Amino acid sequence: MYLELKNINKKFGDYQASDQVSFSIEKGTLAALLGPSGSGKTTILRMIAGLEHQDSGDVFIDGVCVNDVPVEKRGIGFVFQNYALFPYMTVYDNIAYGLKLRKQDKETIKKRVTELLDLVGLPGLENRLPGQLSGGQRQRVAFARALAPDPQLLLLDEPFAAIDAKVRKELRAWLKRMVEQLGITSIFVTHDQDEAVEVADEIIVTNRGRVEQSGTPIEIYKNPKTPFVAQFIGESIKLEGYDKLKGFSAKFGESEAVIRPEFVKAVRTGEAVDFPSAYEHGVVEETAFRGSYTELQINVKGLKISASWGLEEEPLKRGDEVDVLIYRLYVFHDGEAHLLKNELLTPGDVFYI
Amino acid sequence: MKKGINQILKCGAVTWILLLVIWQIGSLFYTDDFLPGPATTFAGAGVLIEDGTLATDISVSLQRVLRGWLLGVIFAVPVGLCIGNFKKVGWVLEPFLNFFRFVPAIGFITLFLMWFGVGENSKTALIFYAVIFPVMINTIAGVRAVDQSLVEASRSLGASGRTIFFTVIAPSAIPQIFTGVRLGLSGAIICIVAAEMLAASEGIGYLIYTSRLYYKTDWIFIGIFTLGFLGFLADRVLLFAGRKFLYRFGVR
Repeated sequence: MYLELKNINKKFGDYQASDQVSFSIEKGTLAALLGPSGSGKTTILRMIAGLEHQDSGDVFIDGVCVNDVPVEKRGIGFVFQNYALFPYMTVYDNIAYGLKLRKQDKETIKKRVTELLDLVGLPGLENRLPGQLSGGQRQRVAFARALAPDPQLLLLDEPFAAIDAKVRKELRAWLKRMVEQLGITSIFVTHDQDEAVEVADEIIVTNRGRVEQSGTPIEIYKNPKTPFVAQFIGESIKLEGYDKLKGFSAKFGESEAVIRPEFVKAVRTGEAVDFPSAYEHGVVEETAFRGSYTELQINVKGLKISASWGLEEEPLKRGDEVDVLIYRLYVFHDGEAHLLKNELLTPGDVFYI
Repeated sequence: MKKGINQILKCGAVTWILLLVIWQIGSLFYTDDFLPGPATTFAGAGVLIEDGTLATDISVSLQRVLRGWLLGVIFAVPVGLCIGNFKKVGWVLEPFLNFFRFVPAIGFITLFLMWFGVGENSKTALIFYAVIFPVMINTIAGVRAVDQSLVEASRSLGASGRTIFFTVIAPSAIPQIFTGVRLGLSGAIICIVAAEMLAASEGIGYLIYTSRLYYKTDWIFIGIFTLGFLGFLADRVLLFAGRKFLYRFGVR
């Protein structure tokens, strides 16, 4: 394990920012700390950097406990949310800052800065001031500056938050490429699940100062372990009284479940081809055009279920009748999320006419 | 046409013409000894310019202002940086600062005359005193307003306290330090009159103060206008230089 956090606790006054936080990351991984605002993800990042100090617990980098190592000696690169470029220094001086502190000679510094500017795709901008750059360009300079002293760990605090949507998408892909190319262990903080899923190799989901779950994006997506993760990831909707639905019975005596649009298949009434007996009857209550598909709100036995409707299909309107097949749900028991599959779809019951 | 009118209004010429008109009308009701009109004043200015008194007075006053102001800035900026940056220095020195900044320089005229004599030293000391407070207070405020993320960025790149002080704190505080330096200059010019009212034989302040003895009221007006003009000009020059040389530090 390259980076390891063990039982980290941190309080700001009465506010528990980190509560028994433990996780570890392998060398070369690009990890995302994902959670809603105030979930303590930035605090964790700052404690790894040494900008904040935990009340108890240990941080290990490359097997060494760094609890008492100050930030300037931890060998990390930090990219700040607002980039924190020195506004009175040129791009060149910003990137060279860490190198000058290491007393490297002028030639070496010049070579390294030029190399980094090429790497981040901004050659020729050495003499600009940060104020003369666009948001995306500043972000790249901040990235180059953090990388210049060759850190072993790169930490990024909400790296894309201040950039407009279109450029953000480009930068995400760019960051992923860059980190893969350099092979540097990196952690970034985000509240945007799309960003985490798209960019990270591993996601650590935080909530109220705790780590809820960590794993690959697919694991997190397919097998949420806690109620929070099940609701936070994907376009999840709560269902009260799911046991009314065909193929589902109340497990653990709870009646609350979470469903996502991709767990639902909707067809026009009578057009179901497979497992017709497993379909529920529903009425379209609302339709919303979402660009690449139409989102349907369907009333099934008084439950509101959302499903997507392809643009190639003949459009549905409010009041149309549909048949709905629900493949699976998440139910909760004792703070754990369980996947519940539609019992009518089990192979034993399959028969063809 | 409308644009032209706006331009004239904007450049401030109207204000001055209005002032001259009011002044002229007002002066018609009084004698020249009480309120000399513009014409009398300009005539008086002609005399003062011709015999070189005005030029000498301006140059003497400017030298005093510059000496006191430069010394004040050289003293106040480093001290302000230290008070702002080092907590313990702040604890010790800030009470002094917060007490004496409410005591005007004029309050010290007699003491300074006694301590520094009737020569240039007492005048320089008075101007120095007037300059250091605005400069220190703005410098301290500048240091305390430094973006903490810049400090953190610097540390994460490996900088120690001393490096941070010189490469982050001081340069980031420059816009506010510059504001303090400008305020200090206007303070110095305001203070020159007080400094020259006692024990001086030249200078704008001396001109204003002694003219009353000869009922040369027009010379008092000349002194007042000269001070206003000098202050305005000095501030413009300083601002121009600041924008030119400190642009990258955020002086606009």
